[in-house]
Amino acid sequence: MVDAAPLTVPCRPLGQANRGFCGRIHAIEVREGTHGSAAPEIESRLLELGFVEGAEIKVLHEGPIGRDPIAVRINDTTIALRRREAMAIMVTSLNRSA
Amino acid sequence: MSTATEIGTRHFALVGTPNSGKTALFNALTGSRQKVANYPGVTVERKAGVLKTPSGHSVHLIDLPGTYSLRGRSPDEEITRDVVLGRLASETAPDLLLCVADATNLRVALRLVIELKRVGRRLMLVLNMIDIARRRGIEIDLDRLSAELGVPVVTSAAVRRGGTEELLRRVDEMAAGRLDPSGENTWKPPTTGELRAAQREADRVIAAAVGTPARPDTISARVDAVLLHPVAGLFILLCVLFVMFQAVFAWARPVMDLISSGFDALGVAAHDALPAGLLQSFIQNGVIAGVGNVIVFLPQILILFLFILLLEDLGYMARAAFLMDRIMGGAGLHGRAFIPLLSSFACAIPGIMATRVIDNRRDRLTTILVAPLMTCSARIPVYTLIISAFVPETYLWGWVSLQGLVMFALYAAGIISALGVSFVANHFFLRENYTPPFMLELPAYKLPNIRSVAIGLYTRAQMFLRRAGTTIFAMMVLIWFLASFPRPPEGAEGPAINFSLAAMIGYALQPVLAPVGFNWQISVALIPGMAAREVAVAALGTVYAIEGGKEAAEQIGHALASKWSLATALAMLAWYIFAPQCASTLAVIRRETGSWRWMAITFSYMLALAYLAAFFTYNVAVILGAG
Repeated sequence: MVDAAPLTVPCRPLGQANRGFCGRIHAIEVREGTHGSAAPEIESRLLELGFVEGAEIKVLHEGPIGRDPIAVRINDTTIALRRREAMAIMVTSLNRSA
Repeated sequence: MSTATEIGTRHFALVGTPNSGKTALFNALTGSRQKVANYPGVTVERKAGVLKTPSGHSVHLIDLPGTYSLRGRSPDEEITRDVVLGRLASETAPDLLLCVADATNLRVALRLVIELKRVGRRLMLVLNMIDIARRRGIEIDLDRLSAELGVPVVTSAAVRRGGTEELLRRVDEMAAGRLDPSGENTWKPPTTGELRAAQREADRVIAAAVGTPARPDTISARVDAVLLHPVAGLFILLCVLFVMFQAVFAWARPVMDLISSGFDALGVAAHDALPAGLLQSFIQNGVIAGVGNVIVFLPQILILFLFILLLEDLGYMARAAFLMDRIMGGAGLHGRAFIPLLSSFACAIPGIMATRVIDNRRDRLTTILVAPLMTCSARIPVYTLIISAFVPETYLWGWVSLQGLVMFALYAAGIISALGVSFVANHFFLRENYTPPFMLELPAYKLPNIRSVAIGLYTRAQMFLRRAGTTIFAMMVLIWFLASFPRPPEGAEGPAINFSLAAMIGYALQPVLAPVGFNWQISVALIPGMAAREVAVAALGTVYAIEGGKEAAEQIGHALASKWSLATALAMLAWYIFAPQCASTLAVIRRETGSWRWMAITFSYMLALAYLAAFFTYNVAVILGAG
């Protein structure tokens, strides 16, 4: 939990990001009890799809209803996932305007 | 152990992440020399084939379900894990694992390679779609990659002519040499820490051996801007589904009519050629009608799977699931359940077969469970017969046809009950499995490969005819037997079916069906009506001793209008929304789920709903004075 510069690196869940958001993955933190699956299972699946700390991501598309699920570009792949699961991915913004 | 014949056949397995082009590669390597079946006792599809190497070795190749790791999160992935580890009793442990990777997307694939190395089997990395990678300016140093990973590396382009030559040459060398295990199996399910470490190692290897792409895939991004657009995307999806529904429903019709009338003509020819009696009836109504009843489904199945294979190869199926996820998810269904359920409006049989597009077992079972509730085209003759006989041809507010409104209500009742059943099943019965998260790769768009699609269609048709077809045929013969035995005594009055086992069962069921308003004629007609719903119409005609012919349906309608009460007619409609009156559907459920249990569950829940709905409808109608 020791962050080098917690104030200058605002960190937020990918599940709250809008279309066009660019960022870097800071941490994968699945909170127990917020998902249908066990937390380590969700974490493993995210890791297997390439969501690891340090990877750059961009939110490309949002679903037609409730802007859910989202399509996220990570390196050279595009992954669709629900916002609920994306809440476990903590990201720092790389958007110039943000 | 190593006799000459055992060296003769090698067992190689294709492993890889979803969307790595593994199946296209499998099709390119084995062509039509492949067999699709199920692994014993599970819904997982087993694809195996034989490949002849240039120097004449024969290699038994198995295409394992796509997976991101060996952790085995679903029955499909458990199969992959168990075959790779040599734990599956029914499968020979592979001598060599061919790990297929999409050369344009190596990060996730190399992590899998690192995991596979711990299994201790011989391993070769196949960089598939190398043509696309080169076109996009991705430079891969094969020697460096191989040295860093400690695994031989070969390139291929499955869908290109000659794209597998290099791979075949290497497979040839491998098949000729010794293939002892490379080491001990030290594989354990990786922890999240090990997954992170493996991904870091994969990223390090990529940094060392792969030049960064000069041009990212801008075409897919541009197409997605339209196809995944909240408004335009949904509209296009609806158009695609509309065309598909039209094709399955309408384009298949002429061919199906042709097949039906062809088999009818064949039956009549057999009838004329054979002396009157049991054999004549068996050949005409048992064998020929039975075979016809199997073949008649082929046009719909082929058209539907043509669409599915094209959309899947194109990369659109994942997008459709993305767009439909929230809409279907509310009822506990997977986004991909949309196509099977839509197809079930034409016929539940291709619909249930189409559930193969759903990877997750639980989602697939839920979809199979509710697919027969969609109003299939076989219900239309029953509905129109009863509606035209009992519902007056009046218009509400001057323009809404009452008959049309009843028809619409019947369709709506089917859809609503399907959503309800799936909701209940998910929340109360299938809870032993956790809710699977929706995480799906949206692959780059690719033009479908004609040969691969053709092979896919061919194996589907083959599987339907061989596996489902035999069960359907057996059930048709059984129903013929019930409706024909025993023969009526000499000089007996009335139609022959009234003396048969079917009639006995019908009479026996009569006390049970009386509370829902069914008379003995209906009870008897329900037995042959198990062959297919529309057969019930003809069976009613037979029971009421109405001669066949063009006007038969109209006459049956008149007969029913004079002999049934309105309450009975409405109860019959309610019954047909739910009743599992289709032996073929049950046979396909049995085949697709690989278990009698799911067939029995479907049969019982639909029967229970049918009985309750008919009971409720009949009694409410009687109370309202329609008895």
